[in-house]
Amino acid sequence: MSIEQREARQPWILLTPALTAVTLLLIVPLIFIVVYSFWLKSAVGADTPGFYLDNWQEALTDPFYRDILLNTLKISAITTLACALLGYPAAYFIARSKGNKMVLLVLLMLPFWISYIIRTMSWINILGVSGALNAALIWAGIINEPIQMLYNETTVILGLVHFLLPFMVLNIFVSLDGIDTNLEDAASSLGATRWQGFLQVTLPLSLPGLAAGGLLCFVLSAGTYITPVILGGPRDAMFANLVYEAIIRQLDWPLGSALSLLLLMVLGVLVLIYNRYLGMAQLAKGLG
Amino acid sequence: MDDTKRYERLRERFQNGDISRRSFFGLLGAAGAAYGLQMPFARQAFAQSDVSQVRFDGWGGVVSEAFRKFAFDPYTEKTGITVIDGTFPGGDEYLALVRASQPGEYNIAHLSGVFDYARYHGFELNSELNLDNIPNMANVMPALMNAFKSITPDSLSAAPYNYGTTGLAYNRKHISDEEMKEKGAKILIDEAYKGKIGGWSDWRTRMWYAALQTGQDPNDIQDLDAAWDAVRKHRDVALKYWASGAELMSLLAEEEIYVTEGWSGRIHALQEQGHDIGYYDPPQSFGWQECLFVIKGSPMAACEELINFMLDKDTSIAVAEGQSYPPALDPTKVDLGQKIPTLPAFDATGTLSGLTFANPAYWNGNEAEWSKEFGRVQRGY
Repeated sequence: MSIEQREARQPWILLTPALTAVTLLLIVPLIFIVVYSFWLKSAVGADTPGFYLDNWQEALTDPFYRDILLNTLKISAITTLACALLGYPAAYFIARSKGNKMVLLVLLMLPFWISYIIRTMSWINILGVSGALNAALIWAGIINEPIQMLYNETTVILGLVHFLLPFMVLNIFVSLDGIDTNLEDAASSLGATRWQGFLQVTLPLSLPGLAAGGLLCFVLSAGTYITPVILGGPRDAMFANLVYEAIIRQLDWPLGSALSLLLLMVLGVLVLIYNRYLGMAQLAKGLG
Repeated sequence: MDDTKRYERLRERFQNGDISRRSFFGLLGAAGAAYGLQMPFARQAFAQSDVSQVRFDGWGGVVSEAFRKFAFDPYTEKTGITVIDGTFPGGDEYLALVRASQPGEYNIAHLSGVFDYARYHGFELNSELNLDNIPNMANVMPALMNAFKSITPDSLSAAPYNYGTTGLAYNRKHISDEEMKEKGAKILIDEAYKGKIGGWSDWRTRMWYAALQTGQDPNDIQDLDAAWDAVRKHRDVALKYWASGAELMSLLAEEEIYVTEGWSGRIHALQEQGHDIGYYDPPQSFGWQECLFVIKGSPMAACEELINFMLDKDTSIAVAEGQSYPPALDPTKVDLGQKIPTLPAFDATGTLSGLTFANPAYWNGNEAEWSKEFGRVQRGY
């Protein structure tokens, strides 16, 4: 074998473990799900193998699934917007702080050391009827009776923002940290106020980070099902809850497979749009 | 020769230069692949011969604590076989896990209801118990055994273990005993308690109580539209559907809700903790029996031995007192002590004629349609 041939093979050899893992852990299960989505559920007993379009027809034409999907996208959009509004000032503060940047970043990462479920459940102790907030308001004489704050769509969004905010802050921070601060000084020397300098220089340059954080928050939010279960009321559900119910509660794996693929496709389109205009490299920077 | 010795010899040959680096790693990789491939099948083979552990899955919380303390630990001490105890929040979730598992991965489950027994048979997940190895089964109430025998006349896959009801639990600071008895199941759709009502996110329980709220027989609902309307009404006045016994107890104890249907044993546990929670079984309250179901592919001898140990009078009474659910032992044959007759749903006659159980054929026959419909109704449809 010539040196050129050996060199040409080397990248593939190095990639083999990763490709094997991706194939076995992602592509093969995905193929199973695709195949399953064309089967039919039996009332009792094993599912019926075959090529039936019933599940897809139901998933694509039933207004129930469409409405929940649209509601999921709405909740994800609100969550992403809230994360951006809350995350940008925090990221800006960390990026522009001198000396204690590492401490602030460690503090930002601290919530990841606690289980997501525990973090979500902590809101019950804060917002519950006998929770900290009601107790404080009663103690301060502001209210006489506890206010019912939990188990609605607002608390679901609150739980999601709590979970996703660090992802947004990290992505914006990476973007802001890479901006030369001399550019803001240059804007000032040319007569711009600090606010104009921020709006016309810093903000546009940090938009890729904001977009990467937004994509992450949106995709993770749209795929969640734990938060509505813990913090939502009887009606509150996101699309992933329907997948869970179809597969786990109704034991309808074929329909659950079709629904999960539908969600995957919708989110996949969003990722493709992002990649078309901004590229995945920015996302890798934020995750790195 | 064991695997460690084989590896040491191979490494020695490599270090001596007898085989190349490529061959050394190639042989290691081949050994790993062979090991990986044979494990799923080996687990089944090992399951029947060299048994060092049995997996048991139950409902968690005080129920699992009682099993661990009064049954599993003493059993391990006696036999040397470890009992791995897992938990599940509901029977449907657990069935999904078992369906996706390898035979032998899950062994014994604390299943609820005869309809679950029938479902596991439907999915061919059943085993066949050798009752000669479970002599303590003789003390079990015939009424509980007959329910399973009506599905599998020639054999049993499970031993009945306890029973209880899903009745009405209420906070006595806000709802009096008299009001509860007067309103019965309809209190769960009472606008006066809007935002303070809970309910289990289980389609069977929702439909059962909808039947009671509309004056129908839960095992023969004629006016389905009225029943679904009752489910919708409950949804609109409820604050939260709870998903586990722990969540049920938390919602009541924290006074997030004042009334819900609840599991008799869990409510009794709350009462024992000092909470002023009442429990009332309305006419035709949802009765159920739980069993120790042995899943296909399990090490039968070890499972039968564990079941026999758990059905022993002393073990069974200790577990029942810990769980607050009456045991399956026949009170006309076995002296159950002082505490058990005070537990909710206890039946001193041993016939269980006072409880209404779900008809498995009726409920399993409607499962596909009603579980799906409930998913929609729950979301506002």
